[in-house]
Amino acid sequence: MTHTPATASKTDPNILISFDGVSKWFDNFQALRDINLLVKQGERVVVCGPSGSGKSTMIRCVNQLETHQRGVIHVCGREVYGNMKELEKVRREVGMVFQSFNLFPHMSILENVTLAPVRNIKLSRGEANEIALHYLERVQIADQADKFPSQLSGGQQQRVAIARALAMKPRVMLFDEPTSALDPEMINEVLDVMTELADEGMTMMVVTHEMGFAREVADRVVFMDEGRVEENCSKDEFFTGGRGERAQIFLSKILQH
Amino acid sequence: MTEPPVQPRRRLTIVDYICFGLVGVIIAYAVYRVSDVLVYNWNWSRVFNFVIYYDEETARYVPNLLLEGIATTLRLAFWATIVAATIGLVMGYMRTSKNLAMRMISRCYVELVRNIPPVVFIFIFYFFLSGQLMPLIGIDDIDKHGDFVNSSVFYTLFGDPRLFSNFVAGALCLALFEGAYITEIVRAGIQSITKGQWEAARAVGLSPLNVLRDIIFPQAIRKILPPLAGQFITLIKDSAIVSLISIQELTFLATEVASTTTKVFETWIIVGAMYFVLCYSFATLFGHLEKRSMRARR
Ligand SMILES: Nc1ncnc2c1ncn2[C@@H]1O[C@H](COP(=O)(O)OP(=O)(O)O)[C@@H](O)[C@H]1O
Ligand SMILES: [Mg+2]
Repeated sequence: MTHTPATASKTDPNILISFDGVSKWFDNFQALRDINLLVKQGERVVVCGPSGSGKSTMIRCVNQLETHQRGVIHVCGREVYGNMKELEKVRREVGMVFQSFNLFPHMSILENVTLAPVRNIKLSRGEANEIALHYLERVQIADQADKFPSQLSGGQQQRVAIARALAMKPRVMLFDEPTSALDPEMINEVLDVMTELADEGMTMMVVTHEMGFAREVADRVVFMDEGRVEENCSKDEFFTGGRGERAQIFLSKILQH
Repeated sequence: MTEPPVQPRRRLTIVDYICFGLVGVIIAYAVYRVSDVLVYNWNWSRVFNFVIYYDEETARYVPNLLLEGIATTLRLAFWATIVAATIGLVMGYMRTSKNLAMRMISRCYVELVRNIPPVVFIFIFYFFLSGQLMPLIGIDDIDKHGDFVNSSVFYTLFGDPRLFSNFVAGALCLALFEGAYITEIVRAGIQSITKGQWEAARAVGLSPLNVLRDIIFPQAIRKILPPLAGQFITLIKDSAIVSLISIQELTFLATEVASTTTKVFETWIIVGAMYFVLCYSFATLFGHLEKRSMRARR
Protein backbone atom coordinates (compact mmCIF):
# COMPACT_ATOMS: atom_id res chain seq x y z
CA MET A 1 0.00 0.00 0.00
CA THR A 2 1.40 3.36 -0.96
CA HIS A 3 1.17 6.42 1.25
CA THR A 4 0.26 9.42 -0.78
CA PRO A 5 1.31 12.70 0.79
CA ALA A 6 -1.62 14.78 1.92
CA THR A 7 -0.70 17.47 -0.57
CA ALA A 8 -1.46 15.16 -3.47
CA SER A 9 -5.16 15.22 -2.68
CA LYS A 10 -5.10 18.98 -2.81
CA THR A 11 -3.66 19.07 -6.25
CA ASP A 12 -5.22 15.94 -7.72
CA PRO A 13 -8.89 16.72 -8.32
CA ASN A 14 -9.59 13.03 -8.81
CA ILE A 15 -8.99 12.25 -5.17
CA LEU A 16 -12.11 13.12 -3.20
CA ILE A 17 -11.18 11.73 0.21
CA SER A 18 -7.74 11.24 1.68
CA PHE A 19 -6.78 10.07 5.16
CA ASP A 20 -3.16 10.64 5.99
CA GLY A 21 -1.92 9.10 9.22
CA VAL A 22 -5.22 9.72 11.01
CA SER A 23 -5.63 8.71 14.64
CA LYS A 24 -8.51 9.30 16.99
CA TRP A 25 -9.01 8.76 20.68
CA PHE A 26 -12.14 8.64 22.81
CA ASP A 27 -10.59 9.75 26.08
CA ASN A 28 -7.81 7.17 26.48
CA PHE A 29 -9.25 4.65 24.09
CA GLN A 30 -7.71 4.77 20.63
CA ALA A 31 -10.49 4.14 18.10
CA LEU A 32 -8.49 4.87 14.95
CA ARG A 33 -4.82 3.98 14.50
CA ASP A 34 -2.83 5.70 11.80
CA ILE A 35 -5.39 5.42 9.01
CA ASN A 36 -4.22 5.97 5.43
CA LEU A 37 -6.83 5.83 2.74
CA LEU A 38 -7.68 7.36 -0.63
CA VAL A 39 -11.03 7.46 -2.36
CA LYS A 40 -10.97 8.56 -5.97
CA GLN A 41 -13.71 10.14 -8.01
CA GLY A 42 -16.27 7.51 -9.01
CA GLU A 43 -14.85 4.84 -6.74
CA ARG A 44 -17.11 2.63 -4.63
CA VAL A 45 -15.39 1.60 -1.43
CA VAL A 46 -17.00 -0.91 0.88
CA VAL A 47 -15.77 -0.85 4.48
CA CYS A 48 -16.27 -3.94 6.58
CA GLY A 49 -14.92 -5.41 9.78
CA PRO A 50 -16.07 -6.67 13.16
CA SER A 51 -18.26 -4.55 15.38
CA GLY A 52 -16.28 -1.95 17.31
CA SER A 53 -13.41 -1.94 14.83
CA GLY A 54 -13.81 1.77 14.08
CA LYS A 55 -15.75 1.72 10.80
CA SER A 56 -18.32 4.27 11.91
CA THR A 57 -15.71 6.44 13.56
CA MET A 58 -13.65 6.52 10.38
CA ILE A 59 -16.52 7.34 8.05
CA ARG A 60 -17.81 9.98 10.47
CA CYS A 61 -14.43 11.66 10.46
CA VAL A 62 -14.92 12.40 6.76
CA ASN A 63 -17.62 14.97 7.51
CA GLN A 64 -16.30 15.59 11.00
CA LEU A 65 -19.21 14.28 13.01
CA GLU A 66 -16.20 12.96 14.90
CA THR A 67 -13.01 14.98 15.09
CA HIS A 68 -9.63 13.31 14.71
CA GLN A 69 -6.66 14.26 16.85
CA ARG A 70 -3.74 13.35 14.65
CA GLY A 71 -3.16 13.25 10.93
CA VAL A 72 -4.77 15.07 8.05
CA ILE A 73 -8.06 14.51 6.25
CA HIS A 74 -8.81 16.14 2.91
CA VAL A 75 -12.26 16.04 1.36
CA CYS A 76 -12.86 17.47 -2.09
CA GLY A 77 -9.59 19.36 -1.91
CA ARG A 78 -10.26 20.96 1.47
CA GLU A 79 -8.64 20.04 4.72
CA VAL A 80 -11.34 19.30 7.27
CA TYR A 81 -10.52 20.54 10.69
CA GLY A 82 -11.93 23.13 13.02
CA ASN A 83 -13.04 25.99 10.78
CA MET A 84 -16.83 25.86 10.83
CA LYS A 85 -17.41 27.71 7.55
CA GLU A 86 -15.05 25.42 5.66
CA LEU A 87 -16.65 22.44 7.33
CA GLU A 88 -20.15 23.47 6.26
CA LYS A 89 -18.90 23.67 2.66
CA VAL A 90 -17.43 20.20 2.91
CA ARG A 91 -20.58 18.78 4.42
CA ARG A 92 -22.61 20.15 1.52
CA GLU A 93 -20.44 18.12 -0.85
CA VAL A 94 -20.74 14.98 1.23
CA GLY A 95 -24.08 13.22 1.69
CA MET A 96 -24.50 10.90 4.63
CA VAL A 97 -26.96 8.11 5.32
CA PHE A 98 -27.23 6.72 8.84
CA GLN A 99 -28.13 3.34 10.21
CA SER A 100 -31.11 4.81 12.08
CA PHE A 101 -32.35 7.05 9.20
CA ASN A 102 -32.51 10.17 11.40
CA LEU A 103 -35.23 11.83 9.37
CA PHE A 104 -36.63 15.00 10.94
CA PRO A 105 -39.85 13.77 12.55
CA HIS A 106 -41.54 17.18 12.71
CA MET A 107 -41.24 17.78 8.97
CA SER A 108 -43.04 16.20 6.05
CA ILE A 109 -41.07 13.99 3.68
CA LEU A 110 -40.89 16.84 1.19
CA GLU A 111 -39.68 19.30 3.82
CA ASN A 112 -37.05 16.82 4.98
CA VAL A 113 -35.59 16.85 1.49
CA THR A 114 -35.97 20.57 0.73
CA LEU A 115 -34.57 21.87 4.01
CA ALA A 116 -30.89 21.78 3.10
CA PRO A 117 -31.26 23.27 -0.40
CA VAL A 118 -33.48 26.06 0.92
CA ARG A 119 -31.19 26.94 3.82
CA ASN A 120 -27.79 26.27 2.32
CA ILE A 121 -28.02 27.45 -1.25
CA LYS A 122 -31.01 29.73 -0.74
CA LEU A 123 -33.19 28.09 -3.36
CA SER A 124 -36.76 29.28 -3.57
CA ARG A 125 -39.47 26.95 -2.29
CA GLY A 126 -40.55 26.18 -5.84
CA GLU A 127 -37.07 25.29 -7.07
CA ALA A 128 -36.36 23.25 -3.96
CA ASN A 129 -39.63 21.34 -4.28
CA GLU A 130 -38.82 20.53 -7.87
CA ILE A 131 -35.41 19.14 -6.96
CA ALA A 132 -36.83 17.26 -3.97
CA LEU A 133 -39.56 15.64 -6.04
CA HIS A 134 -36.98 14.65 -8.64
CA TYR A 135 -34.92 12.79 -6.05
CA LEU A 136 -37.95 11.34 -4.29
CA GLU A 137 -38.99 10.05 -7.69
CA ARG A 138 -35.61 8.43 -8.10
CA VAL A 139 -35.94 6.58 -4.81
CA GLN A 140 -39.52 5.80 -5.83
CA ILE A 141 -41.28 7.46 -2.98
CA ALA A 142 -42.58 10.72 -4.47
CA ASP A 143 -46.16 9.61 -3.80
CA GLN A 144 -45.48 9.83 -0.06
CA ALA A 145 -44.11 13.38 -0.18
CA ASP A 146 -46.78 14.86 2.07
CA LYS A 147 -46.60 12.21 4.76
CA PHE A 148 -44.50 12.35 7.91
CA PRO A 149 -41.56 10.05 8.63
CA SER A 150 -43.43 8.12 11.32
CA GLN A 151 -46.01 7.09 8.72
CA LEU A 152 -43.42 5.30 6.56
CA SER A 153 -41.79 1.90 6.86
CA GLY A 154 -38.09 1.62 7.69
CA GLY A 155 -37.13 0.91 4.10
CA GLN A 156 -39.12 3.88 2.88
CA GLN A 157 -37.58 6.14 5.51
CA GLN A 158 -34.10 5.09 4.52
CA ARG A 159 -34.85 5.85 0.87
CA VAL A 160 -36.06 9.29 1.89
CA ALA A 161 -32.82 9.75 3.82
CA ILE A 162 -30.92 8.96 0.64
CA ALA A 163 -33.01 11.49 -1.30
CA ARG A 164 -32.39 14.07 1.42
CA ALA A 165 -28.64 13.59 1.07
CA LEU A 166 -28.79 13.67 -2.73
CA ALA A 167 -30.76 16.91 -2.79
CA MET A 168 -27.57 18.84 -1.99
CA LYS A 169 -26.02 17.27 -5.13
CA PRO A 170 -23.07 15.89 -3.19
CA ARG A 171 -19.88 14.62 -4.84
CA VAL A 172 -19.51 11.80 -2.33
CA MET A 173 -22.05 9.68 -0.47
CA LEU A 174 -21.26 8.06 2.87
CA PHE A 175 -23.37 5.15 4.12
CA ASP A 176 -23.00 3.84 7.66
CA GLU A 177 -24.69 0.43 7.80
CA PRO A 178 -27.74 1.72 5.92
CA THR A 179 -29.57 -1.62 6.05
CA SER A 180 -28.69 -2.88 9.53
CA ALA A 181 -31.80 -1.45 11.19
CA LEU A 182 -34.16 -2.76 8.53
CA ASP A 183 -36.45 -5.75 8.51
CA PRO A 184 -35.05 -8.32 6.06
CA GLU A 185 -37.76 -7.81 3.47
CA MET A 186 -36.88 -4.12 3.19
CA ILE A 187 -33.15 -4.47 2.76
CA ASN A 188 -33.28 -4.98 -0.97
CA GLU A 189 -35.31 -1.90 -1.79
CA VAL A 190 -32.56 0.19 -0.18
CA LEU A 191 -29.69 -1.75 -1.71
CA ASP A 192 -31.34 -1.40 -5.13
CA VAL A 193 -31.37 2.36 -4.81
CA MET A 194 -27.71 2.32 -3.76
CA THR A 195 -26.76 0.08 -6.65
CA GLU A 196 -28.49 2.40 -9.07
CA LEU A 197 -26.61 5.30 -7.57
CA ALA A 198 -23.34 3.43 -8.04
CA ASP A 199 -24.23 2.68 -11.65
CA GLU A 200 -24.65 6.39 -12.27
CA GLY A 201 -21.06 6.90 -11.16
CA MET A 202 -21.54 8.32 -7.66
CA THR A 203 -18.48 8.16 -5.45
CA MET A 204 -19.46 6.08 -2.44
CA MET A 205 -18.04 4.93 0.84
CA VAL A 206 -20.25 2.25 2.34
CA VAL A 207 -19.96 0.55 5.70
CA THR A 208 -21.94 -2.66 5.36
CA HIS A 209 -22.06 -6.33 6.13
CA GLU A 210 -23.97 -7.04 2.93
CA MET A 211 -21.28 -8.97 1.10
CA GLY A 212 -23.60 -9.57 -1.84
CA PHE A 213 -23.76 -5.82 -2.33
CA ALA A 214 -19.99 -5.55 -1.97
CA ARG A 215 -19.46 -8.27 -4.59
CA GLU A 216 -21.79 -6.59 -7.01
CA VAL A 217 -20.97 -2.94 -6.56
CA ALA A 218 -17.62 -2.35 -4.85
CA ASP A 219 -14.43 -1.41 -6.60
CA ARG A 220 -12.45 -1.78 -3.45
CA VAL A 221 -12.93 -3.39 -0.05
CA VAL A 222 -11.42 -1.99 3.13
CA PHE A 223 -11.26 -4.36 6.06
CA MET A 224 -10.84 -2.83 9.49
CA ASP A 225 -9.90 -4.37 12.80
CA GLU A 226 -9.12 -2.76 16.14
CA GLY A 227 -8.96 0.72 14.65
CA ARG A 228 -6.60 -0.23 11.84
CA VAL A 229 -7.10 -0.65 8.13
CA GLU A 230 -6.01 -4.28 7.83
CA GLU A 231 -6.86 -4.80 4.19
CA ASN A 232 -7.34 -2.33 1.40
CA CYS A 233 -7.59 -4.15 -1.87
CA SER A 234 -9.65 -4.59 -5.01
CA LYS A 235 -12.88 -6.49 -4.68
CA ASP A 236 -11.54 -9.45 -6.63
CA GLU A 237 -8.45 -9.71 -4.51
CA PHE A 238 -10.52 -9.54 -1.35
CA PHE A 239 -13.00 -12.20 -2.33
CA THR A 240 -10.66 -14.59 -4.09
CA GLY A 241 -7.73 -14.91 -1.79
CA GLY A 242 -5.14 -12.24 -1.15
CA ARG A 243 -6.53 -11.45 2.27
CA GLY A 244 -5.08 -11.82 5.71
CA GLU A 245 -6.08 -14.21 8.40
CA ARG A 246 -8.35 -11.87 10.30
CA ALA A 247 -10.29 -10.90 7.22
CA GLN A 248 -10.56 -14.60 6.41
CA ILE A 249 -12.10 -15.34 9.79
CA PHE A 250 -14.43 -12.35 9.61
CA LEU A 251 -15.61 -13.27 6.15
CA SER A 252 -16.25 -16.89 6.99
CA LYS A 253 -18.29 -15.75 9.97
CA ILE A 254 -20.60 -13.40 8.14
CA LEU A 255 -20.93 -15.54 5.05
CA GLN A 256 -22.39 -18.32 7.19
CA HIS A 257 -25.52 -16.27 7.62
CA MET B 1 -69.02 -9.63 14.72
CA THR B 2 -68.48 -9.60 18.47
CA GLU B 3 -69.69 -6.86 20.76
CA PRO B 4 -67.00 -5.06 22.74
CA PRO B 5 -67.16 -6.10 26.37
CA VAL B 6 -69.34 -3.81 28.46
CA GLN B 7 -67.20 -1.59 30.63
CA PRO B 8 -68.26 -1.79 34.27
CA ARG B 9 -69.76 1.57 35.29
CA ARG B 10 -67.61 3.48 37.67
CA ARG B 11 -69.67 3.72 40.83
CA LEU B 12 -69.00 5.17 44.22
CA THR B 13 -68.70 2.39 46.76
CA ILE B 14 -69.42 2.39 50.45
CA VAL B 15 -65.75 3.11 51.17
CA ASP B 16 -65.98 6.29 49.11
CA TYR B 17 -69.01 7.46 51.05
CA ILE B 18 -67.19 6.85 54.33
CA CYS B 19 -64.29 8.98 53.09
CA PHE B 20 -66.64 11.78 52.04
CA GLY B 21 -68.35 11.52 55.41
CA LEU B 22 -65.06 11.87 57.27
CA VAL B 23 -64.07 14.94 55.27
CA GLY B 24 -67.53 16.41 55.93
CA VAL B 25 -67.14 15.83 59.68
CA ILE B 26 -63.78 17.59 59.72
CA ILE B 27 -65.18 20.59 57.82
CA ALA B 28 -68.23 20.72 60.09
CA TYR B 29 -65.96 20.68 63.13
CA ALA B 30 -63.87 23.52 61.74
CA VAL B 31 -67.01 25.56 61.06
CA TYR B 32 -68.25 24.82 64.57
CA ARG B 33 -64.98 25.93 66.13
CA VAL B 34 -65.05 29.16 64.17
CA SER B 35 -68.70 30.02 64.78
CA ASP B 36 -69.29 28.80 68.31
CA VAL B 37 -65.93 28.87 69.99
CA LEU B 38 -64.36 31.91 68.34
CA VAL B 39 -67.74 33.64 68.22
CA TYR B 40 -66.69 35.08 64.89
CA ASN B 41 -68.92 37.67 63.33
CA TRP B 42 -69.08 36.87 59.62
CA ASN B 43 -69.56 39.74 57.22
CA TRP B 44 -69.06 38.68 53.61
CA SER B 45 -70.65 41.63 51.87
CA ARG B 46 -68.23 44.07 53.46
CA VAL B 47 -65.28 42.28 51.89
CA PHE B 48 -67.12 41.47 48.72
CA ASN B 49 -67.49 45.18 48.12
CA PHE B 50 -63.75 45.23 47.67
CA VAL B 51 -64.08 42.85 44.77
CA ILE B 52 -66.81 44.74 43.01
CA TYR B 53 -69.24 47.37 44.28
CA TYR B 54 -72.36 49.13 43.09
CA ASP B 55 -71.83 52.79 42.42
CA GLU B 56 -75.13 54.60 43.18
CA GLU B 57 -74.21 57.71 41.20
CA THR B 58 -73.41 56.08 37.89
CA ALA B 59 -75.70 53.12 38.62
CA ARG B 60 -72.96 50.70 37.59
CA TYR B 61 -70.91 47.92 39.06
CA VAL B 62 -67.32 49.07 39.50
CA PRO B 63 -64.36 46.73 40.00
CA ASN B 64 -62.61 47.42 43.26
CA LEU B 65 -59.20 46.76 44.82
CA LEU B 66 -59.25 42.97 44.75
CA LEU B 67 -60.24 42.74 41.08
CA GLU B 68 -57.59 45.31 40.26
CA GLY B 69 -55.19 43.17 42.27
CA ILE B 70 -55.95 40.08 40.27
CA ALA B 71 -55.53 42.09 37.07
CA THR B 72 -52.08 43.16 38.27
CA THR B 73 -51.31 39.55 39.19
CA LEU B 74 -52.23 38.49 35.66
CA ARG B 75 -50.14 41.25 34.11
CA LEU B 76 -47.22 40.30 36.32
CA ALA B 77 -47.54 36.63 35.39
CA PHE B 78 -47.81 37.50 31.70
CA TRP B 79 -44.70 39.69 31.50
CA ALA B 80 -42.71 37.62 33.95
CA THR B 81 -43.44 34.50 31.87
CA ILE B 82 -42.29 36.18 28.68
CA VAL B 83 -39.06 37.39 30.25
CA ALA B 84 -38.55 34.13 32.16
CA ALA B 85 -39.10 32.09 28.99
CA THR B 86 -36.48 34.19 27.20
CA ILE B 87 -34.02 33.74 30.06
CA GLY B 88 -34.90 30.05 30.22
CA LEU B 89 -34.40 29.54 26.49
CA VAL B 90 -30.93 31.11 26.52
CA MET B 91 -29.83 29.61 29.84
CA GLY B 92 -31.35 26.23 28.98
CA TYR B 93 -29.38 26.17 25.75
CA MET B 94 -26.24 27.19 27.64
CA ARG B 95 -26.84 24.30 30.06
CA THR B 96 -26.40 21.89 27.15
CA SER B 97 -23.52 23.78 25.55
CA LYS B 98 -20.16 22.21 24.85
CA ASN B 99 -18.49 25.35 26.22
CA LEU B 100 -17.55 24.90 29.86
CA ALA B 101 -17.88 28.60 30.80
CA MET B 102 -21.41 28.74 29.38
CA ARG B 103 -22.36 25.59 31.27
CA MET B 104 -20.91 26.97 34.51
CA ILE B 105 -22.69 30.31 34.25
CA SER B 106 -26.09 28.76 33.63
CA ARG B 107 -25.51 26.08 36.26
CA CYS B 108 -24.63 28.72 38.86
CA TYR B 109 -27.76 30.68 38.04
CA VAL B 110 -30.01 27.65 38.42
CA GLU B 111 -28.39 26.47 41.64
CA LEU B 112 -28.41 29.95 43.13
CA VAL B 113 -32.13 30.33 42.61
CA ARG B 114 -32.99 26.82 43.66
CA ASN B 115 -31.06 26.92 46.90
CA ILE B 116 -32.11 30.28 48.27
CA PRO B 117 -35.61 30.77 49.70
CA PRO B 118 -37.70 32.66 47.13
CA VAL B 119 -38.43 35.49 49.54
CA VAL B 120 -34.76 36.09 50.25
CA PHE B 121 -33.97 35.95 46.56
CA ILE B 122 -36.71 38.45 45.79
CA PHE B 123 -35.52 40.85 48.52
CA ILE B 124 -31.95 40.77 47.25
CA PHE B 125 -32.88 41.33 43.66
CA TYR B 126 -35.52 43.90 44.43
CA PHE B 127 -33.11 46.14 46.26
CA PHE B 128 -30.53 45.70 43.55
CA LEU B 129 -33.09 46.31 40.80
CA SER B 130 -34.88 49.25 42.31
CA GLY B 131 -31.69 50.81 43.66
CA GLN B 132 -29.36 50.31 40.71
CA LEU B 133 -30.87 48.92 37.56
CA MET B 134 -34.11 50.86 37.30
CA PRO B 135 -32.52 54.31 37.55
CA LEU B 136 -29.85 53.11 35.13
CA ILE B 137 -32.29 52.19 32.38
CA GLY B 138 -34.41 55.20 33.18
CA ILE B 139 -37.69 53.48 33.96
CA ASP B 140 -38.39 56.05 36.65
CA ASP B 141 -38.15 58.84 34.11
CA ILE B 142 -40.91 57.71 31.77
CA ASP B 143 -43.13 60.58 30.78
CA LYS B 144 -46.13 60.09 33.04
CA HIS B 145 -48.20 62.42 30.91
CA GLY B 146 -47.21 61.10 27.49
CA ASP B 147 -49.97 60.05 25.10
CA PHE B 148 -49.01 56.38 25.08
CA VAL B 149 -48.53 56.17 28.82
CA ASN B 150 -52.00 57.55 29.40
CA SER B 151 -53.65 55.39 26.76
CA SER B 152 -55.84 52.45 27.63
CA VAL B 153 -53.46 50.12 25.82
CA PHE B 154 -50.72 51.01 28.27
CA TYR B 155 -53.10 50.54 31.18
CA THR B 156 -54.19 47.13 29.94
CA LEU B 157 -50.61 45.99 29.48
CA PHE B 158 -48.88 47.51 32.50
CA GLY B 159 -51.53 48.89 34.83
CA ASP B 160 -51.37 52.25 36.55
CA PRO B 161 -48.55 54.36 35.03
CA ARG B 162 -47.73 55.82 38.45
CA LEU B 163 -46.81 52.33 39.63
CA PHE B 164 -44.93 51.41 36.45
CA SER B 165 -41.43 51.15 37.89
CA ASN B 166 -42.78 49.22 40.83
CA PHE B 167 -44.51 46.86 38.41
CA VAL B 168 -41.41 46.37 36.25
CA ALA B 169 -39.29 45.61 39.30
CA GLY B 170 -41.78 43.01 40.48
CA ALA B 171 -42.07 41.38 37.07
CA LEU B 172 -38.28 41.23 36.68
CA CYS B 173 -37.80 39.70 40.12
CA LEU B 174 -40.35 37.03 39.36
CA ALA B 175 -38.89 36.44 35.91
CA LEU B 176 -35.38 35.95 37.25
CA PHE B 177 -36.73 33.56 39.80
CA GLU B 178 -38.95 31.50 37.50
CA GLY B 179 -36.37 31.68 34.72
CA ALA B 180 -34.28 29.15 36.61
CA TYR B 181 -37.08 26.61 36.58
CA ILE B 182 -37.78 27.26 32.91
CA THR B 183 -34.05 26.83 32.26
CA GLU B 184 -34.32 23.29 33.56
CA ILE B 185 -37.46 22.63 31.51
CA VAL B 186 -35.69 23.86 28.37
CA ARG B 187 -32.58 21.84 29.15
CA ALA B 188 -34.65 18.68 29.52
CA GLY B 189 -36.45 19.50 26.26
CA ILE B 190 -33.21 19.98 24.34
CA GLN B 191 -31.63 16.89 25.83
CA SER B 192 -34.63 14.82 24.82
CA ILE B 193 -33.64 15.37 21.17
CA THR B 194 -31.56 12.40 20.10
CA LYS B 195 -27.97 12.74 18.97
CA GLY B 196 -29.00 11.49 15.53
CA GLN B 197 -31.06 14.62 14.92
CA TRP B 198 -28.08 16.89 15.56
CA GLU B 199 -25.89 14.73 13.37
CA ALA B 200 -28.33 14.53 10.48
CA ALA B 201 -28.82 18.29 10.59
CA ARG B 202 -25.09 18.94 10.61
CA ALA B 203 -24.41 16.34 7.96
CA VAL B 204 -26.54 18.16 5.38
CA GLY B 205 -24.41 21.25 6.02
CA LEU B 206 -26.77 23.42 8.04
CA SER B 207 -25.14 26.26 9.96
CA PRO B 208 -25.18 25.95 13.77
CA LEU B 209 -27.94 28.57 13.97
CA ASN B 210 -30.09 26.74 11.43
CA VAL B 211 -29.54 23.44 13.22
CA LEU B 212 -31.08 25.00 16.31
CA ARG B 213 -33.79 26.94 14.53
CA ASP B 214 -34.99 24.26 12.12
CA ILE B 215 -34.33 21.00 13.92
CA ILE B 216 -33.68 21.27 17.63
CA PHE B 217 -35.98 24.03 18.90
CA PRO B 218 -39.10 23.03 16.95
CA GLN B 219 -38.86 19.53 18.38
CA ALA B 220 -37.86 20.67 21.84
CA ILE B 221 -40.72 23.16 21.99
CA ARG B 222 -43.28 20.37 21.74
CA LYS B 223 -41.72 18.73 24.76
CA ILE B 224 -41.36 22.05 26.55
CA LEU B 225 -44.82 23.56 26.11
CA PRO B 226 -46.82 21.38 28.53
CA PRO B 227 -44.45 21.83 31.50
CA LEU B 228 -44.06 25.50 30.55
CA ALA B 229 -47.84 25.95 30.80
CA GLY B 230 -47.69 24.33 34.22
CA GLN B 231 -44.90 26.70 35.19
CA PHE B 232 -47.10 29.64 34.16
CA ILE B 233 -49.70 28.52 36.67
CA THR B 234 -47.03 28.05 39.32
CA LEU B 235 -45.85 31.55 38.52
CA ILE B 236 -49.33 32.98 39.15
CA LYS B 237 -49.24 31.43 42.61
CA ASP B 238 -45.61 32.36 43.25
CA SER B 239 -46.36 35.95 42.30
CA ALA B 240 -47.94 36.34 45.74
CA ILE B 241 -44.46 36.71 47.24
CA VAL B 242 -43.78 39.98 45.46
CA SER B 243 -46.41 41.47 47.77
CA LEU B 244 -43.51 41.56 50.23
CA ILE B 245 -41.76 44.16 48.10
CA SER B 246 -44.96 46.20 47.89
CA ILE B 247 -46.00 45.26 44.38
CA GLN B 248 -49.71 45.98 44.38
CA GLU B 249 -50.98 42.63 43.22
CA LEU B 250 -53.76 40.51 44.69
CA THR B 251 -52.05 39.35 47.87
CA PHE B 252 -50.68 42.79 48.70
CA LEU B 253 -54.08 44.40 48.27
CA ALA B 254 -55.69 41.57 50.23
CA THR B 255 -53.55 42.38 53.26
CA GLU B 256 -54.72 45.97 52.99
CA VAL B 257 -58.36 44.96 52.68
CA ALA B 258 -58.00 42.53 55.59
CA SER B 259 -56.58 45.21 57.85
CA THR B 260 -59.04 47.97 56.90
CA THR B 261 -62.09 45.73 57.22
CA THR B 262 -60.64 43.55 60.01
CA LYS B 263 -62.48 40.71 58.23
CA VAL B 264 -59.46 38.45 57.92
CA PHE B 265 -61.21 35.13 57.24
CA GLU B 266 -63.56 36.48 54.61
CA THR B 267 -60.80 38.35 52.81
CA TRP B 268 -58.44 35.43 52.55
CA ILE B 269 -61.14 32.94 51.67
CA ILE B 270 -62.34 35.20 48.86
CA VAL B 271 -58.78 35.81 47.69
CA GLY B 272 -58.04 32.09 47.84
CA ALA B 273 -61.13 31.43 45.75
CA MET B 274 -60.01 34.05 43.23
CA TYR B 275 -56.58 32.43 42.85
CA PHE B 276 -58.23 29.03 42.59
CA VAL B 277 -60.62 30.07 39.84
CA LEU B 278 -57.82 31.73 37.91
CA CYS B 279 -55.34 28.86 38.16
CA TYR B 280 -57.90 26.13 37.67
CA SER B 281 -59.27 27.84 34.56
CA PHE B 282 -55.81 28.04 33.05
CA ALA B 283 -55.08 24.43 33.97
CA THR B 284 -58.29 23.30 32.28
CA LEU B 285 -57.61 25.46 29.22
CA PHE B 286 -54.04 24.17 28.83
CA GLY B 287 -55.27 20.62 29.32
CA HIS B 288 -57.74 21.06 26.48
CA LEU B 289 -55.15 22.65 24.21
CA GLU B 290 -52.71 19.83 24.87
CA LYS B 291 -55.29 17.18 24.07
CA ARG B 292 -56.24 19.01 20.90
CA SER B 293 -52.68 19.32 19.66
CA MET B 294 -52.13 15.64 20.41
CA ARG B 295 -55.10 14.79 18.26
CA ALA B 296 -53.94 17.18 15.53
CA ARG B 297 -50.74 15.19 15.37
CA ARG B 298 -53.00 12.14 15.08
N1 LIG C 1 -18.73 8.51 21.45
C1 LIG C 1 -17.91 7.53 21.86
N2 LIG C 1 -17.33 7.58 23.08
C2 LIG C 1 -16.49 6.60 23.48
N3 LIG C 1 -16.16 5.53 22.75
C3 LIG C 1 -16.70 5.42 21.53
C4 LIG C 1 -17.61 6.40 21.02
N4 LIG C 1 -17.99 6.04 19.78
C5 LIG C 1 -17.35 4.86 19.54
N5 LIG C 1 -16.58 4.49 20.57
C6 LIG C 1 -15.75 3.29 20.63
O1 LIG C 1 -14.89 3.30 19.53
C7 LIG C 1 -14.78 2.00 18.97
C8 LIG C 1 -15.14 2.02 17.51
O2 LIG C 1 -16.53 2.31 17.41
P1 LIG C 1 -17.26 2.35 16.01
O3 LIG C 1 -16.50 3.22 15.09
O4 LIG C 1 -18.67 2.72 16.27
O5 LIG C 1 -17.18 0.84 15.56
P2 LIG C 1 -17.94 0.12 14.38
O6 LIG C 1 -18.74 1.12 13.64
O7 LIG C 1 -16.85 -0.52 13.56
O8 LIG C 1 -18.79 -0.93 15.03
C9 LIG C 1 -15.68 1.09 19.79
O9 LIG C 1 -14.89 0.38 20.69
C10 LIG C 1 -16.56 2.04 20.53
O10 LIG C 1 -16.88 1.53 21.80
MG1 LIG D 1 -20.88 1.29 13.46
